[in-house]
Amino acid sequence: MSFELLAFYAFSAITVMSALAVVSVKNPVHAVLFLVLTFFSTACIWLLAEAEFLGIALVLVYVGAVMVLFLFVVMMLDIQTVPSRGRMSSYLPVAIIVAVVMAFEMLALFGVGKGQGTLPADPALAAGMGNTEWIGRTLFTDYLLPFELAAVILTVAIIAAIMLTLRHRSGVKHQDPSRQVQVRKEDRIRIVKMAAQTEEKQP
Amino acid sequence: MITLGHFLTVGAILFAISVAGIFVNRKNIIVLLMAIELMLLAVNINFVGFSRHLGDPSGQVFVFFILTVAAAESAIGLAILVTLFRSRRSINVDDLDSMKG
Repeated sequence: MSFELLAFYAFSAITVMSALAVVSVKNPVHAVLFLVLTFFSTACIWLLAEAEFLGIALVLVYVGAVMVLFLFVVMMLDIQTVPSRGRMSSYLPVAIIVAVVMAFEMLALFGVGKGQGTLPADPALAAGMGNTEWIGRTLFTDYLLPFELAAVILTVAIIAAIMLTLRHRSGVKHQDPSRQVQVRKEDRIRIVKMAAQTEEKQP
Repeated sequence: MITLGHFLTVGAILFAISVAGIFVNRKNIIVLLMAIELMLLAVNINFVGFSRHLGDPSGQVFVFFILTVAAAESAIGLAILVTLFRSRRSINVDDLDSMKG
């Protein structure tokens, strides 16, 4: 058993355990933190598969941005509920049965470890470049249109998220930048012409 | 050495766990969103494994796109959640039955 395989088993064990913790802990904040651990160890698995770019991207984008967003929302909503386990436990046996059967069916389909052989040598290195360049060449040639569509999707997501959470409170003093820019001199000051006054002599 | 079956096994187990999580946590929308993220992660693991096995970069490019769409999805989902919490003061699924679906 090589060191790579040992490391793979260790990372997958951490991934599976923390995924189990995500769906089973009561506190949502703990669930988010376990999700972070799941993503991080998955990134380690991807690094083992020599998918360096995606491993780093998973840590940067997911752990760095999306999970922090989750944490923000979970802490902001301040869920003070400890939901009763009564209803939940009625679903638990069904859930376990469905999950175990599904996992067994999928594993049976793969026929684990039969006739697959070991992974070939790193195709990116074989082509004489790094993993990032290898992905980039495909991404910016064959998948250029989907890449730009992904940018559109992200823009739509930004606008949708802002519009969903934007709210106009009444009775709050705030500045209106559009009116500030449009203001003219005539609106602010009034120039009055008046005759010069002469000082009158006191008798 | 690591084979394709190893990646597929991890992906299958993660997927089964997240399905069980959706069954079990039917009350808490946040945990439901997290279970969906886990499912996408399981699919991504399979993609990376196949990409490595077949020596084809398309699989990893697909993972890239799935990450993008999943980030957009969770951003919008959380925004809906915040709006929902503002109007209902609750994110319990049982309280969100005004559509009577």
